[in-house]
Amino acid sequence: MGLSTSTLPFKERIAAAAKDKFAHASIAKAQDTQYTKRENARAELGNWQDWRKLGQSIRQHVIQYLPDYLEEFSDNVEKRGGNVFFAQTTDEANDFILNVIKQQQGHHVVKSKSMVTAELDLDKKLQALPDVSILETDLAEFILQEDDWDEPSHIVFPAIHKDRNQVHTIFKKLGYEGDNDPEHMARFARKYMRERFLEADVGITGCNFAIADSGIINLDTNEGNADLADSIPKAQIVVMGMERLVPSMKEAEIMDNMLARSAVGQKLTTYVTFEGQQTPGETDGPENFYVVVLDNNRSKALGTEFQEILQCIRCGACLNVCPVYRQIGGHGYGSLYPGPVGAVLSPILGGYEQFGELPFASSLCAACTETCPVLIPLHNLLIKHREVETDRLNMMHGFTDFQMKVVGKGTSSPFMFKMALRFKHFGLSPWTHQKPVTATNFFEYNNSMITKGPGMVGGWTDVRDLPVPPKHRDDFRVWFKHHKKQGGDAK
Amino acid sequence: MKVSIFTTCMMDLMFPHVGKNMVEVLERLGCTVDVPDDQICCGQPTFNSGYVEASWPVMHNQIDALSAIDCDYIVCPAGSCTAILKEYPELLVDDPNDPTGDYMARAKILSAKTYEFSQFIWRVLGIADCGAELDTVATYHRSCHMTRLLGERETPFWLLENVKGLEMRQLDGIQYCCGFGGTFSVKEHEISELMVTSKVENIEKTGAETLISCDPGCLMNIGGRFNRLGKPMKIMHIAEVLNHNVDESRIKKISEVATPAPAPFP
Ligand code: SF4
Repeated sequence: MGLSTSTLPFKERIAAAAKDKFAHASIAKAQDTQYTKRENARAELGNWQDWRKLGQSIRQHVIQYLPDYLEEFSDNVEKRGGNVFFAQTTDEANDFILNVIKQQQGHHVVKSKSMVTAELDLDKKLQALPDVSILETDLAEFILQEDDWDEPSHIVFPAIHKDRNQVHTIFKKLGYEGDNDPEHMARFARKYMRERFLEADVGITGCNFAIADSGIINLDTNEGNADLADSIPKAQIVVMGMERLVPSMKEAEIMDNMLARSAVGQKLTTYVTFEGQQTPGETDGPENFYVVVLDNNRSKALGTEFQEILQCIRCGACLNVCPVYRQIGGHGYGSLYPGPVGAVLSPILGGYEQFGELPFASSLCAACTETCPVLIPLHNLLIKHREVETDRLNMMHGFTDFQMKVVGKGTSSPFMFKMALRFKHFGLSPWTHQKPVTATNFFEYNNSMITKGPGMVGGWTDVRDLPVPPKHRDDFRVWFKHHKKQGGDAK
Repeated sequence: MKVSIFTTCMMDLMFPHVGKNMVEVLERLGCTVDVPDDQICCGQPTFNSGYVEASWPVMHNQIDALSAIDCDYIVCPAGSCTAILKEYPELLVDDPNDPTGDYMARAKILSAKTYEFSQFIWRVLGIADCGAELDTVATYHRSCHMTRLLGERETPFWLLENVKGLEMRQLDGIQYCCGFGGTFSVKEHEISELMVTSKVENIEKTGAETLISCDPGCLMNIGGRFNRLGKPMKIMHIAEVLNHNVDESRIKKISEVATPAPAPFP
């Protein structure tokens, strides 16, 4: 579906996610497993915090000189005999790719994992071509394809929402007769795919980093499928976001290292591939090499307060630590890019109308900021989006907006606040219900609880009881004045 | 040592006993305590909701109010509000209503002398044992802002270690937010509910009868959820714990106790 993965309204997506106990358990388990692996892999380096600064400086430098590096990369690809196409929009990218397939008289397309092709909704475009077969060869993407093109729910583990039993059911439809052991199922998929790899004439891959000074690209995978996708077919099309560059191999080595540790908790991925147009004397690699560089509104972030999001290396660590992602999963976000990075990126790529709710779907716990390998201040960027939506675009309306403005006024004027302190007890009294307090102690002065309140309070009481504010005479400030008079302050 | 209390709007509106306990502990440890009169709120509720323009006056008021009383330190009962006050110099960078830079200058001073309550006791006063005793099995909820924005991971654990009779249990998923998040808990209450539900489950799993934290907001959220479910749980702010059944002769400095282990990751 492209960037948007659902047509349901946000609240309905959350309700659906809340009901999906399978997905919930799978995600929680994956997060916990990744937690230990990732932290250990990072700790091995000994000075992870310094690495982060290094990663940040490399990526910031590239983004700052992005036009220059793009030009350098493109020149070098062409020097090797390859082609680069700069696509402003997804349509431009798709047209170009479909044209290449036609020119190459391609009939069997194999794809390795690429989020940007998902952003293009390329699979659907390819399916519409007569006489062209298409196969996703990343195991997780393969599972999704065979499950009637289910939407990915994670940028590194696209099928994270499925457990092995669900995969088993999907594979049985393909003729698999074994048990639900992941190893057995993977062997089956491998055999199934291998035959089709051999007949492939066009390979489409993503790109982890494009190396500007040599015109080649860098792929990190654990399955080796990308290597087949780029070495067997005569033609290869690489699809990348316009920001995915590094100056040279030196920086690629550093970023690969950080990416593998952050994304999958490994020192390096099993396959670290560098490849480009086959040049005379080389025995493998694509004879026809195309790179599609996609903008799709990324450039809108350049020079703005959101520029730092372009540093992202798509490691997925921020999804793996996110308590909101843990609860609602990728499908809850309704964007191809879910989790903290998605909540920042999606409104930039797809606009506030469609993705304006995502920046609010965060408790701002900052777990994302704490883990990001390239030091993107994710939770602050979420606040920036909120600011744009409320202060600048005036997108907030209704009672909540009114109440927030009242809060702003009330908390900036000592006089009004003191009045509020005096009358708060009565203000909520119509909603007060006598209810036994089981969460004792802390609500000592709040001996009754509100179970259904008005306005914004209603959001609170939908989930939990609200203590009734204590009477004014019990307030801390009243107590303190009295306490001081009695000489409590004598020391 | 002169200490001003940064009360926070939540303590003023809802939880007076947190303040009382805090004042009593601080006075016992030798501080002269005062409460600046005109303070209200750090501005976090509006700022974090995107109402940045509406937040400048809130922050200005807070700066005026807290600078009005001369003090050595400012102590706050909430890790989250402490973190925001400490961030004031960064938040005020774009402030259009501060042409002379006066607010910025004072924000820097305030930021440098503001501490969260447990932090202040350990890191500034150098006290390890407040002489408290509390017979209970407890677990601790770590607030995200205190841990990640303020960067304080240790002091509550160290202080609790020295409370007589207190048995602490480790909390699974301690790194996950409880779903409070200020206005998030109201605006996105569907997601918040899922988060607080899983927090409550993890707390129950510890077998603890008491939940302790340094952030009233989280306690109001988790406690309110326990109450909604009709489940018993004793909810305590750390100031209440450190002011419980105190034997003054047991008060000890850091140098008089064994060096504590670093608090559990993360
Ligand atoms: S924002 Fe940071 S943590 Fe999240 S995917 Fe990008 S690089 Fe990884």
